Amino acid sequence: MTAHDPTLPPRPNAAPIGYAYDEHDRAFVRERVAEFRGQVERRLAGALTEEEFRPFRLMNGLYLQLHAYMLRVAIPYGTLTSRQMRRLAEIADRWDKGYGHFTTRQNLQYNWPKLVDVPDILEALADVDMHAIQTSGNCIRNVTADHFAGVAADEIEDPRATAEFLRQWSSAHAEFSFLPRKFKIAVTGAEHDRAAVKVHDIGLRIVTNDAGEIGYEVIVGGGLGRTPFIGKVLREFLPRADLLAFLEAVLRVYNRFGRRDNKYKARIKILVHETGIDEIRAQVEAEFAAMDRAPFAYDGEEFARVAGFFGTPPYEDLPERSEALEKAKAESAAFAAFAAVNVAPHRQAGYAIVTVSLKPIGGIPGDATSAQMRALADAADTYGFGELRVSHEQNIILPHVKKDDLLALWRDLDAAGLATANAGLVSDIISCPGLDYCALATARSIPIAQAISKRFSDLERQRQIGPLGIKISGCINACGHHHVGAIGILGLEKKGVESYQITLGGDPTLDAAIGELIGPGVSAEEVPDVIENLVELYLAERQEAERFIDTCRRIGHKRFKESARREGEDGSGI
Amino acid sequence: MAAHRHPQILVASDLSLGDVVVLGASGWERDVASAKIAYDGAEAAALEAVAKAEAAANRVVDFYLVDVAVADGTPTPLHFREKFRFVGPSVRPDLGKQAARSEGDGR
Repeated sequence: MTAHDPTLPPRPNAAPIGYAYDEHDRAFVRERVAEFRGQVERRLAGALTEEEFRPFRLMNGLYLQLHAYMLRVAIPYGTLTSRQMRRLAEIADRWDKGYGHFTTRQNLQYNWPKLVDVPDILEALADVDMHAIQTSGNCIRNVTADHFAGVAADEIEDPRATAEFLRQWSSAHAEFSFLPRKFKIAVTGAEHDRAAVKVHDIGLRIVTNDAGEIGYEVIVGGGLGRTPFIGKVLREFLPRADLLAFLEAVLRVYNRFGRRDNKYKARIKILVHETGIDEIRAQVEAEFAAMDRAPFAYDGEEFARVAGFFGTPPYEDLPERSEALEKAKAESAAFAAFAAVNVAPHRQAGYAIVTVSLKPIGGIPGDATSAQMRALADAADTYGFGELRVSHEQNIILPHVKKDDLLALWRDLDAAGLATANAGLVSDIISCPGLDYCALATARSIPIAQAISKRFSDLERQRQIGPLGIKISGCINACGHHHVGAIGILGLEKKGVESYQITLGGDPTLDAAIGELIGPGVSAEEVPDVIENLVELYLAERQEAERFIDTCRRIGHKRFKESARREGEDGSGI
Repeated sequence: MAAHRHPQILVASDLSLGDVVVLGASGWERDVASAKIAYDGAEAAALEAVAKAEAAANRVVDFYLVDVAVADGTPTPLHFREKFRFVGPSVRPDLGKQAARSEGDGR
């Protein structure tokens, strides 16, 4: 029994912290679980071949990986209740191996489920209004959003109502269930992009026009993988009333003209690149003009109803400055460091946003034990209206923490091994599972992240280095977003051994850039030295307040490439 | 029939559990050391034929041949990817086949 148990009466200060399923939503998810249970039973009984069964399991987020099956659970726009987090922990203990892996698309992956248990796992998820539908397959995947949604100081509008509308529109969308390839949408409602909208198939930015109306900038054709592209602006301002119809038009054009002859050229980014954004725009606008828009007619009341689920929690009226916080910082250097690095400004006076790092020094990026999941759920209940977020950087966010409570929260997190003060720093590394788990990977990525993290284990030094995004992928599919790492690392196989290419200058924000290669691949053992050399050059060259990426841009790729060469070598091995 | 440069074993995933298995002398085994070794193309084809029948009988999925080195009659996969499959995640010695071996060793 928990504070969010539906059998309990609502707490007096219960906050609207996420979309609440109605009976139709629940019935839909339950029907899918029952359907999949039948499919699993028929597969095990031999009534379905693997070829017949595979699309069914993928439609329910179930992959067959290197060592075992893997189940990918959707966390829509990254928002979780404490009750849902506890259920994720229970599933990890009962049917998996006591941990889960938070991914770059606001999903959670279980690495060891048995096929025979998956229907029961899905049933347990359905109990808390969660599922794994459309977390795989050539359909519209989990819609992601800014993990600071609703609380960011720089926000124009909470993007989650939009994301929820898109989720309802895209879930079980018959016409878009068999697209040429998977399709990923991200939404941000703030001035700063924390959702990487320019590297998604569609990125939506909530903006205002000259008349003060809220609408969307629509970016299309971004993506990473073997052929990375920065998305292009399809519409500078799309009125909210046109959102679903316009996206329907975009998907129709993609569904019709996207390549199905070659899976490596099937993403919309290739269509945009090969056709040209002007021609794509003309096609989309033509479809938009010709289509029957009635089914997508905007219902302002319904939007307001959905937005109400993401309303303002019952904040206390507090002063902006917390004397308790200032005193605590003065008394504890470790806490002061945490407050400086992992705490972000909140739009509500007296409150803060806390990033809980899932990147302990030498740890596995994105992994959380079931005990840690429960500790996070407890922290959310104690300090944050029972709400949590998952970030695309594979961290957990507590979005509503009173500044007065930050010290107590930090102590609780520390006891759970969750207080590493490295958010956004050199050891806050995005890493895909790589060849330690993934059947597609060509090299390991987690041990590289661990080695770099250990090399830079001194948190004081990390703070001196400042914000630096290192991102690692274990194959060209780029799940670790290496293309948009200020330092990117790509693991490949070269002559029968793991080899790592280093790229420089990538950026996932509105200044999006694809990193450039600094030379041939290096061995796993050499990677930390190369990173060290790059960081040392940055420290030697940076001007006041310059981030690593700023110095990179100012002094140029060539200087960094030269720095990567080690003494006595000509750089041929870099 | 393709040229056969190395001895081979047949690897697959157990259908219901998902874990990695090899075709041994008397069926599917969890330990790579128990794999039946094909030393030529005909023996490899025979392994594949058995695996095909086993897949059709819904016991395994995703079977394929893996090149191995053989020392004292024990096969070791040549490629690092396949080596990992029979050990477990290199970053979690408590998981995968390595964990089972540790338990078996009483460690």
